Amino acid sequence: MNLDFSQIVPSIPFILEGIGATLKFVSVSILLGLILGTIFALCKISNKKWLKWPADAYTSIFRGTPLILQLMIIHYAVPQLFQYDIPVFLSAVLAFGLNSAAYVSEIIRAGIMAVDKGQVEAAEALGVAYRPMMLNIILPQAIKNILPALMNEFISLTKESALVSTIGYLDIMRRAEIVGSQLYRNFEPLLFAGLIYWVMVFILSTIGRWVERRMRHSD
Amino acid sequence: MIKINNLSKSFSDNLVLENITTTIEHGEVVAVIGPSGSGKSTFLRCINLLESPSSGQILLHEMDITKPKINKLEIRKNIGMVFQHFHLFPHMTAFENVMYAPMKVKHQKRGEAEKIAKELLIKVGLTEKMDTYPNRLSGGQKQRVAIARALAMEPEIMLFDEPTSALDPEMVKEVLDVMKDLAKSGMTMVVVTHEMNFAKEVADRIIFMDGGQLIEEGEPISFFDNPQTKRAGDFLAKVL
Ligand SMILES: Nc1ncnc2c1ncn2[C@@H]1O[C@H](COP(=O)(O)OP(=O)(O)OP(=O)(O)O)[C@@H](O)[C@H]1O
Ligand SMILES: [Mg+2]
Repeated sequence: MNLDFSQIVPSIPFILEGIGATLKFVSVSILLGLILGTIFALCKISNKKWLKWPADAYTSIFRGTPLILQLMIIHYAVPQLFQYDIPVFLSAVLAFGLNSAAYVSEIIRAGIMAVDKGQVEAAEALGVAYRPMMLNIILPQAIKNILPALMNEFISLTKESALVSTIGYLDIMRRAEIVGSQLYRNFEPLLFAGLIYWVMVFILSTIGRWVERRMRHSD
Repeated sequence: MIKINNLSKSFSDNLVLENITTTIEHGEVVAVIGPSGSGKSTFLRCINLLESPSSGQILLHEMDITKPKINKLEIRKNIGMVFQHFHLFPHMTAFENVMYAPMKVKHQKRGEAEKIAKELLIKVGLTEKMDTYPNRLSGGQKQRVAIARALAMEPEIMLFDEPTSALDPEMVKEVLDVMKDLAKSGMTMVVVTHEMNFAKEVADRIIFMDGGQLIEEGEPISFFDNPQTKRAGDFLAKVL
């Protein structure tokens, strides 16, 4: 076994550029997931069947099938139906954003449901309407349960983002693969890519732990 | 002030309240007593529509509040409720707990809401605890904040669901004293309680419930000394 990192040195900037590509699509996906997830969560806790049912079905489908399958369907299958050439970035954001929305909606729903039912009754008994009750009473308490779990979701999304290399999006992973095949050496570029992912996740985890401490403090 | 006609409530096929009929007069203090599971809480919760009655009417100033198109929030503004487990908002101080609803629901100006909240917290003996969060308050203090919070909406009637049942014995008195003062000031009150001495001393009328039915009602003295029904007699023999 002989490792030789000197050979990948000229390719390092090329791999590093993948960080931007990864971060760009991860952050857009997170944003999409958050917005859709919040909407679905509100549907799930509503007592109207026609809002609850579609949100539950959505979650079940996106959590019950492999992410890579969803990515393939969005990138290859759907465009085939509509004769539309979908850009890789759009496919990546759609697949990860829609998938994340399912998990985020569960996190938010669970966080809200974990707030003592007495809080709702106390607010109702005072004549507080639904919106201010949610915004001023329930969400500030639910956020303690929600934020730490959301951080975990962001971390796993960042790691799983490497899947988009399969549709040719030039993220960290894809670039490491390209360098590997050019040099006929896979170990070094993949190890380097792994290091980058680890550092990103490390930073996110550190933020996550900080958030969690803050949340516990404010009790 | 409140007329209740043939009020019934069932949860799926479990009949919990059966044809309750009674009237609560303005300024009256009514104590509701009865064994566990007899429907006392459900009765109270129907009055402010936390539970929707299955049949019957509740007339508040001659207006039937069980009609489907009634605005529940509007009704509840006028009916204060105090719970067994307080349900204070944990992320707000005692002062903020009391101020919140008047500002959000009645759109009172902050200055006005602050003034009322301060007066109420002084009235329930918590001058020193205004800026304290609920987790730093004792049970008795929490319940007094909860009473002040309900009073801040200036309701016409106050409902209490076993307000002292979750308290350590040494804290029961401070809460009952606040309630006595409130009764003396002429507030209309419906109190579900296991405190028989309080019921005897403060209530104008006792309602005894068992198995979802209103079995007997009457003045405290005659009710406690001379219950008219066997079920009330048996219950009193057990608790007194
Ligand atoms: N939300 C609900 N769903 C189903 N059943 C309920 C519900 N709330 C109350 N019940 C049932 O209704 C009956 C009466 O309950 P309720 O709480 O009114 O009794 P209670 O007299 O207040 O008792 P306690 O003294 O223990 O508080 C009980 O059998 C209870 O199981
Ligand atoms: Mg009860």
